[in-house]
Amino acid sequence: MTIAILKSLLMRDIRLAMRRKADVAAALFFFVIAASLFPFGVGAEPTQLRAIGPGVLWVSALLSAMLSLGRLFSMDHADGTLEQLLLSPVPLAAAVLAKIGAHWLVSGLPLVLLAPLIGLQFDLPWRELALLTLSLLLGTPVLSLIGAIGAALTLGVRGGSVLLALLILPLYIPVLIFGAGAVTASAAGLTPWAGMSLVGAMLALSLFFAPLATAAALRIVLD
Amino acid sequence: MLEVQGLGCIRGSRQLFGNLSFSLHPSELLHIQGPNGSGKTSLLRILTGLSRPDAGEIFWQGDNIREVRETYASSLLYLGHQPAVKDDLSAAENLEYAVQIAGIEPSRRKLEEALDAVGLGTRQRLLARFLSQGQRRRLSLARLWLEQRSLWILDEPFTALDVQATLLLEARLEAHLAEGGMVVLTTHQSPAIADGYVRVLSLDA
Repeated sequence: MTIAILKSLLMRDIRLAMRRKADVAAALFFFVIAASLFPFGVGAEPTQLRAIGPGVLWVSALLSAMLSLGRLFSMDHADGTLEQLLLSPVPLAAAVLAKIGAHWLVSGLPLVLLAPLIGLQFDLPWRELALLTLSLLLGTPVLSLIGAIGAALTLGVRGGSVLLALLILPLYIPVLIFGAGAVTASAAGLTPWAGMSLVGAMLALSLFFAPLATAAALRIVLD
Repeated sequence: MLEVQGLGCIRGSRQLFGNLSFSLHPSELLHIQGPNGSGKTSLLRILTGLSRPDAGEIFWQGDNIREVRETYASSLLYLGHQPAVKDDLSAAENLEYAVQIAGIEPSRRKLEEALDAVGLGTRQRLLARFLSQGQRRRLSLARLWLEQRSLWILDEPFTALDVQATLLLEARLEAHLAEGGMVVLTTHQSPAIADGYVRVLSLDA
């Protein structure tokens, strides 16, 4: 029964996102625009672009992920669906994981798929493009997972989006350092796998702990 | 059987209610009355386990609801103040997801029967944003026709309903009580339900 409930939650959130395409497109559009403006700003010097490329893409992905986080629970909170979720017979942490999964599929995955294309603008060689995509594939779920804790804690708070940014940005910084660092290390002739494994470790840790923390935060908010 | 012992609720510095004890047996409807702000919704939320009481305990079939959360959740149907209806989903989708989240896999025929029962049969493909307040309330009430739950906790279920829908809901409540179900509800109306079933709890402001 649990699996069926989780699947239905996932499908519901994806379907809702598809009915509100403008919201999904806004975050993706922001990623594309933010990353594409840098070559214009810093000039078209290929060595310089190659050096900043991974960092720029990672920062744009991070900011774009923060844009869409506010919506993760707020609509369910406003219309009473969140109360029903808390009263569902599934463990709340699992339900939260399904919601985060849907959020990542809609806002994180398209970003990962677009990354190689945007990376071309920075004259990144194939190897680095592949590494960049891989690091985003491992890193963007971490952004959604950690962001969910902040989204739950700031639910119903006035000026919540600013508070949300203050809360989760410090937690995003390690992901940014090692995610972008893995790609730049490879460009410098070092092994990318040290940074990549650390991002993977963060994914494993947050996959386990973030839903539990988010569930606890939701219970407090709805008390 | 739902048993409540010494329940108390404090909001800010004001005590909404204190030392509240009662028990609810099969085929009983508890009608919670009281003026606005007397703590009716707070009491219902505490009974569902969403809020923690400031004092007291709640027992379901003899077990504390904090310890048997999942069993309690699968015997409980709670309809809150907000109808939990999504604007961007159709009436049928809304109902389908709502009961799936509650842990029930409805057949297409059952869904249609429930929508027919609340008079939304011809509007099942319509997006919920085009429904009126009364129709949204009917949509959230459609769960009462689909889910086999012994305890219903309903917060103001009669709001925005027309005469016909009120009669329909009263009939559904009576049928549930006749089958041995339990109901806790708040309303400012006096629902026409056979006296044998109804008990009244008054909260003073």
